[in-house]
Amino acid sequence: MLVPLSVVLVFAIGACFWWATAHGQFDDLEGPAHRVVADDDAH
Amino acid sequence: MTAAACTTMSLPMADGATTFNYTVVRQFAIMTVVWGIVGMAVGVLIAAQLLWPDLTFGIPWLSYGRLRPLHTNAVIFAFGGSGLIGTSYYVVQRTCQARLFCGPLAAFTFWGWTAVIVLAAITLPLGFTSGKEYAELEWPIDILIAVVWIAYAIVFFGTIAKRRTPHIYVANWFYGAFILTIALLHIVNSAEVPASLWPMKSYSAYAGVQDAMVQWWYGHNAVGFFLTAGFLGMMYYFVPKQAGRPIYSYRLSIVHFWALIFTYMWAGPHHLHYTALPDWTQSIGMLFSLILLAPSWGGMINGMMTLSGAWHKLRDDPILKFLIVSLSFYGMSTFEGPMMSIKTVNALSHYTDWTIGHVHSGALGWVAFITIGSMYYMIPRMFGRPQMWSMRLVTAHFWIATLGVVLYIASMWIAGVMQGLMWRATNPDGTLTYAFVESVKATYPFYAIRLLGGTLFLAGMLLMAWNVARTIAIGKATAAPIPPVGAMLPAAA
Repeated sequence: MLVPLSVVLVFAIGACFWWATAHGQFDDLEGPAHRVVADDDAH
Repeated sequence: MTAAACTTMSLPMADGATTFNYTVVRQFAIMTVVWGIVGMAVGVLIAAQLLWPDLTFGIPWLSYGRLRPLHTNAVIFAFGGSGLIGTSYYVVQRTCQARLFCGPLAAFTFWGWTAVIVLAAITLPLGFTSGKEYAELEWPIDILIAVVWIAYAIVFFGTIAKRRTPHIYVANWFYGAFILTIALLHIVNSAEVPASLWPMKSYSAYAGVQDAMVQWWYGHNAVGFFLTAGFLGMMYYFVPKQAGRPIYSYRLSIVHFWALIFTYMWAGPHHLHYTALPDWTQSIGMLFSLILLAPSWGGMINGMMTLSGAWHKLRDDPILKFLIVSLSFYGMSTFEGPMMSIKTVNALSHYTDWTIGHVHSGALGWVAFITIGSMYYMIPRMFGRPQMWSMRLVTAHFWIATLGVVLYIASMWIAGVMQGLMWRATNPDGTLTYAFVESVKATYPFYAIRLLGGTLFLAGMLLMAWNVARTIAIGKATAAPIPPVGAMLPAAA
């Protein structure tokens, strides 16, 4: 039972990966790292 | 930064919120410290019971068999869980520049999760257990966990959906995978037929070796997604923030994420080496466990190298010390784990205290250290303070805790290898050299060292609680404004 479940999961993960690629999540692999550090959360 | 990114960045805030929801983050943060002390205190008690078996006068509610699951549930799900949910609510809001989705539901996750923990603290000493390791809680509590967890998923992914930044920061991917996988694991493994409400009793939906396999598919992925992916989400936010530098390689962090997610699911069978589980399943478990070494070390190096060129910061920043040392323990235990999954090594290590040492190198060294470091970063910000009340106490906490972990794991390693060797030793005529009780007797001094290590770790948590209480006393719980659109510009732009 766990083997088919895990195979289905791999496809689901693959779909997530495809979505991320298609929606430009990996277009800029420098900016996001800098933006998080630039966010001023000190109050 | 791409042109598309710029246009989506100027989206207006859909719900008109002007402040972040820090209330629920504050609640979880405080309870993380409280549950840490409770869970570790129970751990110290059961460690003492191994040294002095009559310590609790034979009172059934305080017997080792009932308190041990209370300890594991309290440290993993109460301390670790509160830390994960609290920090994920903070990270998702800051990195998405949006207020938490559905405030009342977020409040429900806090009270619901706390109710689960209180129920665990009552029912486990009473002896109600489903008998599944790390999933001992009985069916009514299982249902409550499922409801709270789905609410948590809605709050988290709802916030992602209303984000004002086009990119979903890598920490959120780790937190998101942790949330979805834990929902799936919990629901599949806790499928059970209720027998009675009081006393709480149910029977697993699976039988025999299938039940064992489902249990360790759950058990190992709970390690992989609760104790690893979730805390990696914490790492990918708090290490760069505390260091004041972007993560060493953002590209590597994405490779780390996808490689981990694709391979972790298959490693569970290594908990069932040399059992009735088919041989090929055991070998697959071992193979995938070995493969896991690569993404794990990629992530460890990525976190550590964030300090590349700024190593001097480690000298006088105790929070960074916590975070970076946690990564070295992550590296150590993700090396040790695959080694222990090799069948021939496992033949020596399984059922010995080596496993306990391995688990605590991950749980204390990695999970607790990264959580403590993140809390020291986050808690002052929750109460309008630039830093903790006393940074010297943070430094003291770091050294006491480090000493505690080292004593703990070193004693358990020695004890474990010794037990494994004693159990397998045979005389020339084929009889066993040692009776089991002789190995117990030989372990005795190491139990004492372990108790000392655990007590030190707990003492460090008490220092933390005092420091947190003082920080809250001089601080003020204020609502943090959401920065105006476009305020989060890349430093390079």
